[in-house]
Amino acid sequence: MELKKTAAAGTMESGDILITIEPRTEGGVTLELSSSVLQQYGRQIEAVIRETLAGLEIPHAAVRAVDKGALDCTVRARVSAAACRAAERENETWEAK
Amino acid sequence: MTDELLRTIPHLDEIAHRGPFAGTPAKHTENFRERSARENKLLPSLEDAIRATGLTDGMTISFHHHFRNGDHVVNRVVDTLAKMGFKNLTLAASSLAAVHAPLIEHIKNGVITHIETSGLRGELAEQISRGLMDFPIVFRSHGGRAAAIRSGELHIDVAFLGAPSCDPYGNANGYSREEGGTIACGSMGYARTDAKYADKVVILTNRLVQYPNAPWAIPEYDVDYIVVEEDIGDPKGIMSGATRYTKNPKELLIAQTAAQVIDAAGYLYDGFSMQMGSGGASLATARFIRQMMLDKSIRCRFALGGITGQITAMHEEGLIDRVLDVQSFDLDAARSLKHNRFHHQIGATYYASFLSPAAVDQLDFVVLSALEIDTDFNVNVLTGSDGVIRGAVGGHPDTAAGASLSVVVAPLTRGRIPSVIDRVNTIVTPGSTVDVVVTDQGVAVNPRRPEVAEKLRRAGIHVCTIAQLKDKAEALVGRPDPIRYQDRVVGVVMYRNNTVIDVIRQIDED
Amino acid sequence: MEKRYIKDRLRRSMMFVPGNNPGMITDARIYGADSIMFDLEDSVAYTEKDTARFLVHNALKTLDFGKKEIVVRINDLSSGLGVRDLEAIIPAGVHVVRLPKTDSAQDVIDCEREIARIEAKHNIPVGATGMMAAIESANGVLNAREIAHASDRLIGVALGAEDYVTDLKTTRADGIELLFARSMILNAARSAGIAALDTVYSDVNNDEGFLEEVSLIRKLGFDGKSVINPRQIEPLHRAFIPSEKDLRKAYAIMDAIAEANARGSGVASIKGKMIDKPVVIRAQRLIALAEADNVVEED
Repeated sequence: MELKKTAAAGTMESGDILITIEPRTEGGVTLELSSSVLQQYGRQIEAVIRETLAGLEIPHAAVRAVDKGALDCTVRARVSAAACRAAERENETWEAK
Repeated sequence: MTDELLRTIPHLDEIAHRGPFAGTPAKHTENFRERSARENKLLPSLEDAIRATGLTDGMTISFHHHFRNGDHVVNRVVDTLAKMGFKNLTLAASSLAAVHAPLIEHIKNGVITHIETSGLRGELAEQISRGLMDFPIVFRSHGGRAAAIRSGELHIDVAFLGAPSCDPYGNANGYSREEGGTIACGSMGYARTDAKYADKVVILTNRLVQYPNAPWAIPEYDVDYIVVEEDIGDPKGIMSGATRYTKNPKELLIAQTAAQVIDAAGYLYDGFSMQMGSGGASLATARFIRQMMLDKSIRCRFALGGITGQITAMHEEGLIDRVLDVQSFDLDAARSLKHNRFHHQIGATYYASFLSPAAVDQLDFVVLSALEIDTDFNVNVLTGSDGVIRGAVGGHPDTAAGASLSVVVAPLTRGRIPSVIDRVNTIVTPGSTVDVVVTDQGVAVNPRRPEVAEKLRRAGIHVCTIAQLKDKAEALVGRPDPIRYQDRVVGVVMYRNNTVIDVIRQIDED
Repeated sequence: MEKRYIKDRLRRSMMFVPGNNPGMITDARIYGADSIMFDLEDSVAYTEKDTARFLVHNALKTLDFGKKEIVVRINDLSSGLGVRDLEAIIPAGVHVVRLPKTDSAQDVIDCEREIARIEAKHNIPVGATGMMAAIESANGVLNAREIAHASDRLIGVALGAEDYVTDLKTTRADGIELLFARSMILNAARSAGIAALDTVYSDVNNDEGFLEEVSLIRKLGFDGKSVINPRQIEPLHRAFIPSEKDLRKAYAIMDAIAEANARGSGVASIKGKMIDKPVVIRAQRLIALAEADNVVEED
């Protein structure tokens, strides 16, 4: 997926995560993560963000994440939504359960 | 009476006496009003009072926490002690709050080197968790503190006790039946222990009333000096107008389940006794208990502990016969203490000391909150999920041990943080005194109480194991990485009998 | 074919959960609602339709909702959003699609066609996904019978009162304004053999008004009601519990039937009075309802 602009998805409410994705052409995925549960879940949140971007075939991006205790499925949803917004396209690859 | 005459008494050496009567001092002749103006325990300033107590470096000073986060007494007194050059003091408060962050400076400059308390919050707690003090903080329950003071394990040299009303002789209270407003905190139960056992007692009051300030929390014979201070606390921080019932549907669900559990376990009968903790869900349990009491036409013999307006409203509508109040949580409770003759103020010893039978031992049930519960039913109410101190032991272990049925309520997860886990970070209340855990996603009964589990099942309540609750939480939020600690101990947690039950270590950060 | 939905099941409460609120989605299962309805329509701002779709898609795929019926309310197809909603939720495993603003049988048919297409695309058996139609206009009410019969996938029809009263040029009042719509929808549902679900009661602080409305729709014959606040679920379910007296009577009827069967006789009677078939059906329903309330969900 090709990123065209900086875009964000999510909120700062409890249980949510605000993801901002900025296009990059090199340098891989850089992540700036702040979280209310950083010690206990920082590792897992980062893994989910990177995994989701890899699944969307986004090799380079600058990601900022402000986490308020979001579950993995919410992290995945917000990263996907922000990426689609940054790529200015609809998601066409909904995968079955 | 002469010495000769005295010596004619057989067995004189076995009769306790102080020699022969040698006349009386001259009697007062001025009237009561003149006398109270001249002969009293008032000193012009806090500095004078401190000097009069004979306080020296290395001694122990104490405070109560009835002003909660509105307290101005601790900071005012310790600031003054610092200016006067005192060092190496032990600060033994019944609890400390976020408002006491200025103590950080006095710890750094060596004025305060030891702290004993029930709880700790805010910046002070953060810094202590990160290793601010050399000497570990000692945490005691309300009952444990009362016992330690009485036994001398915690010896108080000077108690500095804020009181919203006091007369010139030292009869002090958390409210006043005199006309006119004052900041009020209701019950001063925890301060009673300090006043009784401290070597010297200084009352700081913002309202001097005429003798006798009856009823009193602290009697004049326990008081040495009185200082009038304009500002001893911020009424807004001391208590809110009325503790509102939560509208949070999850808390209401937990509260309703807790009430059903208590009923199904057989503890809602005519003449039962109860205590409610102060958390949203435990407080809301009272509302469902009330409806059940109305439906069954039964009454509660007494409600105990920290008292809220919900309890006093039930008292006033005739559902609760007696209220035993060690700490009033809101203005409605304070008003009730002032006006209702069967709403009694009790001290910490009477409430919860293990040294003799206490009121907690008469409880049918208590509903308590928790930060963490582990699969052995141990409860943590002291350290957060990041290992930082942010809570209070309070009466948690005392009431859990005393009540026939201790019900611990908690949401299964808070945000992403699970409440039911393998091992609590800090054991405050041992699992052997916890009977039922109620969450929004299931009820677990301690295997020690199979008869309770059976009764709940028969009432149609879905009972699962504590391990199942833990698994359910983990399935939802994932398994948290463990908190990293350093070896250094920053806090020692005493059980209510003052044996060491756990330690708190300095957190390790990048 | 394995269906994702059960046509005939208990639907006393259908809880609305805003589709863009992660906290509420996570907690939705704990309140004991018979059905949970994640909303992509009115509770989601137009600019957040895309993010809500991702959120509901991922929640359906990941979270465990036990045995609850999972419904998603999509945007109507004419808005252009509805099909995109279906693309996201059908592969994620939704049990029932709630179609808003259903004015005619054609609306149901159009939606069904899209669902079938998406099912086929993902190798999901065509017909696995259920549907329900919310009727929210005068046109819809008048077409209620045709709507209720428009698809085998339909599990029920529901009334959406806010839009409907606006269409009628009135407002929500004591319930008289909804009597015709409720009666139409109820009869349409019964004629098609599916569920009839009442609209939400939006004044969450008026417990008394809520209970009055519940009592009314129960008397009319509705299966249940949509709820917007979890606090309404417990009183709603309580109102559906049969009285002790009715329940005793129902058990007596079923005992008499069992006894007659044991005798080999087709004719059962109580106190010399023969028991008619409708009486038996009512007794069975009553007992099912009472037992439903005692069932604890094992998961």
